[in-house]
Amino acid sequence: MSSVAQKRGFGAALWDWMTTVDHKKIGILYLIGGGFFFVVGGIEAMIIRLQLLKPNNDLVSAGLFNDLITMHGTTMIFLAAMPILFGFMNYIMPLQIGARDVAFPFINSLGFWMFFFGGLFLNISWLIGQVPDAGWTSYASLSLASTGHGIDFYAIGLQIAGGGTLMAGINFLVTIINMRAPGMTYMRMPLFTWTTFVASAMILFAFPPLTVGLFFLTFDRMFGGNFFDHQMGGNTIIWEHIFWIFGHPEVYILILPAFGIFSEIFSIFSRKRLFGYPAMVFATVLIGFLGFMVWAHHMFTVGLGPTANAIFAVATMAIAVPTGVKIFNWLLTIWGGSIVLTTPMLYALGFIPSFVMGGVTGVMQGAAPLDYQLHDSYFIVAHFHYVIVGGVVLAILAGVHLYWPKMFGTMLSETLGKITFVFFFVGFHCTFLIQHWLGFWGMPRRVWTYMDGQGWNTANLISSIGALLMAIGVIVLVINIIMTTVKNVRIGNDPWGDGRTLEWAIPSPPPFYNFTQTPLVRGLDTVWIEKQEGNATGLTFAEPVTDIHMPNGSIIPFFMTFGLFIAGFGAMFHQETSWGLPVLILGLAWTFVSMAMRSVKDDLGFHVTKEEIQRDINNAHKGGQN
Amino acid sequence: MMKGLKKWRLFSLLAVLTVFLAGCGQQELSTLLPAGQVGKDQFKLLMLSSGIMLFVILVVVVIYVVALIRFRRSKLGEDFVPEQVEGSHKLELVWTIIPIILIIILAVPTVYYTYKLGDVKAMEEVDDEGNAKHLVVDVTAKLYWWEFEYPDLGIVTAQELVVPTKEKVFFNLKAADVKHSFWIPAIGGKLDTNVENLNKFFLTFDQESKGLKDGVFYGKCAELCGPSHSLMDFKVKTLPRDEFNAWAKNMKATADETPVANAAGEEVFKQSCITCHATSGAGSSGAPGPNLAAFGDRNRVAGFLDHDEEHLKEWIKNPQKVKPGNKMPSFENQLSDQELDDLAEYLLGLSVEQ
Repeated sequence: MSSVAQKRGFGAALWDWMTTVDHKKIGILYLIGGGFFFVVGGIEAMIIRLQLLKPNNDLVSAGLFNDLITMHGTTMIFLAAMPILFGFMNYIMPLQIGARDVAFPFINSLGFWMFFFGGLFLNISWLIGQVPDAGWTSYASLSLASTGHGIDFYAIGLQIAGGGTLMAGINFLVTIINMRAPGMTYMRMPLFTWTTFVASAMILFAFPPLTVGLFFLTFDRMFGGNFFDHQMGGNTIIWEHIFWIFGHPEVYILILPAFGIFSEIFSIFSRKRLFGYPAMVFATVLIGFLGFMVWAHHMFTVGLGPTANAIFAVATMAIAVPTGVKIFNWLLTIWGGSIVLTTPMLYALGFIPSFVMGGVTGVMQGAAPLDYQLHDSYFIVAHFHYVIVGGVVLAILAGVHLYWPKMFGTMLSETLGKITFVFFFVGFHCTFLIQHWLGFWGMPRRVWTYMDGQGWNTANLISSIGALLMAIGVIVLVINIIMTTVKNVRIGNDPWGDGRTLEWAIPSPPPFYNFTQTPLVRGLDTVWIEKQEGNATGLTFAEPVTDIHMPNGSIIPFFMTFGLFIAGFGAMFHQETSWGLPVLILGLAWTFVSMAMRSVKDDLGFHVTKEEIQRDINNAHKGGQN
Repeated sequence: MMKGLKKWRLFSLLAVLTVFLAGCGQQELSTLLPAGQVGKDQFKLLMLSSGIMLFVILVVVVIYVVALIRFRRSKLGEDFVPEQVEGSHKLELVWTIIPIILIIILAVPTVYYTYKLGDVKAMEEVDDEGNAKHLVVDVTAKLYWWEFEYPDLGIVTAQELVVPTKEKVFFNLKAADVKHSFWIPAIGGKLDTNVENLNKFFLTFDQESKGLKDGVFYGKCAELCGPSHSLMDFKVKTLPRDEFNAWAKNMKATADETPVANAAGEEVFKQSCITCHATSGAGSSGAPGPNLAAFGDRNRVAGFLDHDEEHLKEWIKNPQKVKPGNKMPSFENQLSDQELDDLAEYLLGLSVEQ
């Protein structure tokens, strides 16, 4: 891709990426966007830990600290973890099911641009100096009391980004339901595809509540609504319910694809079929259901009464059962296998003890009366970082190393990869393990500073040192990526040697139409089955070489989102300026005109001819197969 | 007999875990050294759940380590192809049923304590003469300070909660501006102060605070409430019942004219402070600023600064610098140094304990 881009010049390449509807390119865009915000959120985290390095520190002011924690949480969840996972889903899932693209390539592009402009909108708050400061949960009494436009950036930015997420979720659902290759039954789908499927279904049900909540917040703050203002008959607790009805499923939306990535890794690098595949699928679906029934465990101390607390406590503990099933199935997958310690496998092996730690502290907090002590203390900070960093971020780093060769055709350095792992893993435990005790010792979360003489000094110092180690790990990863890209040593279809699913049987990176012929799937881990039976290519085809119908690129998704982006500023400033309202109307009109253009203009796509495909096949043979 | 055995088991478990949780923190604010029944109940749950969870971790780690040692490719050879096991219903049943049992073991006491700690019926109880049987404290959380009213005693104080030991104390919790959360870690878990409704719960204070490092337990705001969330501390003084009664009586008596430490300071106070701050402890909540009736007896200035003249003056001069976002105006340009000295002496002399 890069060589083609150079030939056509920078402008043309940029235009190509802005208009692309190819799921692989959009996947890479998600990774770049998410990776950028991951670094931004990481810098925010480093400043937070530096401020808490010692008691009575004044590196940052109290107000700025609240900006930092809010933006760190919001950025990491909405703009880093989810988009990066979407990147993998976008790139890998269609390959795993033997499809040529997602069901709605245009909407796929729209989803990415909405995420990107939403994230941009949110972070422009830093430039204006009015930053969201009510925590990533943005509880209503504080978010309504917050002065300046900070919370407005939160409400509108997340609204735009959230819309993109919802579209992506629907798109993945439709893709998996409709576009599986012949023979790819539900119970033959790779686990990463399964977890993408369940996570997408959860997005479908979890994001509308967020949309509603954010609209309420937008109206309360910008258009004179009173949904949450208790003095006008509103209710702030409603926000907490709405937020967590979205927010709890959200953490499963993050962790399920992570589980999927790890399932692939355990299987590949133990050279063994996933143990108890049907149970794994069932556990995934069950977690998806239960994830919607436990939101009030974030609200045990709100005063919902003992009956509500007891019900949600027991429901919360119940989730431990399917999660436990997964852990033991992974253990039994490596048991009796042939374990090789590659970088992705190191992350997967590091994930098990880390995530178990995070899981059990979750059960502890599920015990409602105990949670009265642990809630909003540093214990909860430790807990959710153990599941999100120990689960999701380790999966993201593992996925980057695992799928990098498939996406870019080059291998990341294993040595540097392992150095990254060691720094990140040690730093992670160093940062967060001690925070459990900080919580026990009475330190509340979200504190800008703390007084000397409360016994918290050493623990906070240790925690900050750990954060530094994690940062070093990430820097090594960036160096690794740059070095690998510069060296540009090309690799073959299956660089890890034990690929089991369809994506490892096609070139790295795959041609834009993915499969020269639609493959026939003969079982779970179909490529492994083919190779065991002596078919070195790992593929059996379901059709002869024929013309392939592909969609055209389009700039309209970019324009549609750009209109919303502009309208957002209009909405935010319409109360104090005269230009706000016209800009709001203009922005929305721009979006609607773009949508109308999409409807009016016929775009039937194009065909890749049989001859071109045959030429590609011949070239691949000449180039020597790997 | 069975009961004794159970207790012994629980005790040995406790002993092991106590060693494990060696770092217990500081007595005045650690949840691991509970000084009240509620905190002790919660600590029991902590020990039980930690025990179960450590067991789970142990099992996982054992399987994990053995697998890692036994099934390495470097040992098995490059070409080794493992048997492609599909699964095992028996094993999968085992690791479904055992966790369910463990969860039930944890769920039963959880539900029990949820109801036990949520039971506030006794709050309304009255004796034959119509007086409340239990002490009730109305807590109002404000940016960034705490107001404590004792409705049945007709007194009000701020920043320093005074309660009797060894009896249930009931709390009505409310926030006046944005949501806060009322937490005394060493005594028991927190409950939010919402803006739109009263939250009720109880705590028991078993230990007198006199023996502690600062003579008080530490209280915290546990819900993000703005820039000075981290500075919204309060302190808790626990007294035996008879001393508490004496304190309440003295508080009530602050309504009367009493000799002051610095008469000039009192004049400054009447000119500059009295619109927001009361020096009479008799009354009810709702003042714009903290009640200062027992200011001289307090442990901290503004909830977290050392309680001395220097910090008091620093606070009065520029409250925004010390506690950003609070509602007190700055007096740096309004009071002379002499006036400040007088005022500080006057305030530090306000006491009901001497």
